[in-house]
Amino acid sequence: MSQRIEIHDMSLRDGMHPKRHQISVDQMVAVAMALDEAGVPLIEVTHGDGLGGASVNYGFPAHSDEEYLRAVCPRMGQARISALTLPGIGTVDDLKMAVDCGVRVIRVATHCTEADVSGQHIGMARELGVETVGFLMMAHMVTPEELTRQAKMMEEFGAQWIYATDSAGWMLPEHVSERIAALRAGLRPETAIGFHGHHNLSMGVANSLAAIDAGATRIDTSAAGLGAGAGNTPTEVLVAVLDRMGIDCGIDLFKVMDVAEDLVVPMMDTAVRIDRDALTLGYAGVYSSFLLFAQRAAEKYGLSSRDILVEMGRLKTVGGQEDLIDSVAMDMARAKGHTLL
Amino acid sequence: MINAAIIGPGNIGTDLMYKAKRSKWINPVWSVGIVEASDGLARARAEGIQTTHRGIDGLLEHIERDDIKIVFDATSAKVHHRHNELLQPFGVKVIDLTPASIGPYLIPPVNLGANLDAPNVNMVSCGGQATIPMVYAVSRVQPVEYGEIVATVASKSIGPGTRHNIDEFTRTTRAGVEQVGGAKRGKAIIIINPAEPPIIMRDTIHCLTVDEPDRGRITESIYEMVADVQRYVPGYVLKNGPVFDGNRVSVWMEVAGLGDYLPKYAGNLDIMTSAALRTAEMLAEAMQ
Repeated sequence: MSQRIEIHDMSLRDGMHPKRHQISVDQMVAVAMALDEAGVPLIEVTHGDGLGGASVNYGFPAHSDEEYLRAVCPRMGQARISALTLPGIGTVDDLKMAVDCGVRVIRVATHCTEADVSGQHIGMARELGVETVGFLMMAHMVTPEELTRQAKMMEEFGAQWIYATDSAGWMLPEHVSERIAALRAGLRPETAIGFHGHHNLSMGVANSLAAIDAGATRIDTSAAGLGAGAGNTPTEVLVAVLDRMGIDCGIDLFKVMDVAEDLVVPMMDTAVRIDRDALTLGYAGVYSSFLLFAQRAAEKYGLSSRDILVEMGRLKTVGGQEDLIDSVAMDMARAKGHTLL
Repeated sequence: MINAAIIGPGNIGTDLMYKAKRSKWINPVWSVGIVEASDGLARARAEGIQTTHRGIDGLLEHIERDDIKIVFDATSAKVHHRHNELLQPFGVKVIDLTPASIGPYLIPPVNLGANLDAPNVNMVSCGGQATIPMVYAVSRVQPVEYGEIVATVASKSIGPGTRHNIDEFTRTTRAGVEQVGGAKRGKAIIIINPAEPPIIMRDTIHCLTVDEPDRGRITESIYEMVADVQRYVPGYVLKNGPVFDGNRVSVWMEVAGLGDYLPKYAGNLDIMTSAALRTAEMLAEAMQ
């Protein structure tokens, strides 16, 4: 293989989940500058739940999206900064703000069956003249054919890139292969395809390779894996593997290893690893950022966080339904005969 | 009985029509659409209601002859502006179920009495009808610094209008949380869930009070408000809460519909149409 693969680092956006959105501006700037220096071409900076995610529901961040973006964007050399937005949470006003701060890629995320809510945001991103990505979350919940049908809507709205997003870290390589292949076959040749994985079943690197093999040319990763659940595909590991395979991604392996080890790992509140709960996310197909919410509810109501996550899966919840976790925990506690205060 | 017309025979308009047929105060006499063969107009005809597919122009000539006093508009914000301009010279009361927000936001158990004279009232949004009563239930006890609502609805209950302009939902609902709910700052989030069988509408309301919340009075106020809403939406159920955590007050609601047009899961539809009908009934009572 001699194709070029673009790496998109998530440590400052997906990594906001395990950090409870408390990354400092100084940390943001230091990590982004080091990733830029290492040659990482794309870096995402936003609240974990995208622009406008600051809320009781998802957590108030240490700083606003605008403060982070105004601090990071002007300091970039070769790297471009991206921002994520979920229609229903962030508005087109947030997009305008982000682009004004210097964001050059907007990623519009919907649940994998609801692409038709993305038209307004994709349209605005194109109007603002930035690269526009359609990001289909929880892509394991639909067939490759349905995923492609949804992707075509985003393409029609103006998305130049389409992502299959394994938000639950549920997919095995064959699931990635069939989805990416279906997207590649069904979308216009000029529409490029990306893959975003979570490492809950330890499949981050294997799934990324399956995606590349099936036609994806951009892969989301995270330095030291800092991301929701058991984290994302670790940037430094995928870069090393691609290097061994002779695939060019333009990143200095040793430098990106040092970013992970010297800057990102020391930022972690707890080790981002495949613990019992993260494994449950991948096994049961549950949205990765539910992890800490389930753990807090479990402690509050005297329950097992694994049981709460399994129940969230049984209820067929989708990304963004963090608000239901406390209510589900209260229902479970009551069913067990616990007295609620 | 007061005669009324319904413009827009889609999900909302059709559900509203079935509810209005049962009303003791409101007599729906015209259903107005733009597609002759539409399911909504066929259903209206089957209920013995006169229909036109010529849009607002097909209705105007009948307003005086059929003594129409109230017009519901369940079309879109864009066309509602024109509809309202054409309707106002007839002196009818216009109940706006679009996000146009020409008239004051109206949440029946909160501010209906104060807006009986308004020529046009706006029903905010489905999420607003389901959550603003709870924000108000807290703010009428003590000042609320911040009110946040999360509405989760079944994919099948959300039509193309909302999907094409989802920001209109978040903006309108946020404005309603502030202006009618009484929160100094508001935020609204909408989540669409495609599960089969479809999920019943869920709403989570968080309020941050300025001072430590008075647990007893807020709890009592919330229970009272739930009962008030249940008078016109029987499926409005307090699932959990209020939960107090520092200055945060949280409430979890479930809203089941009556299943008049869309099935019971679409409580978001019912709470909109029931609130609009409740408003019309109060206006009708005041007219007599």
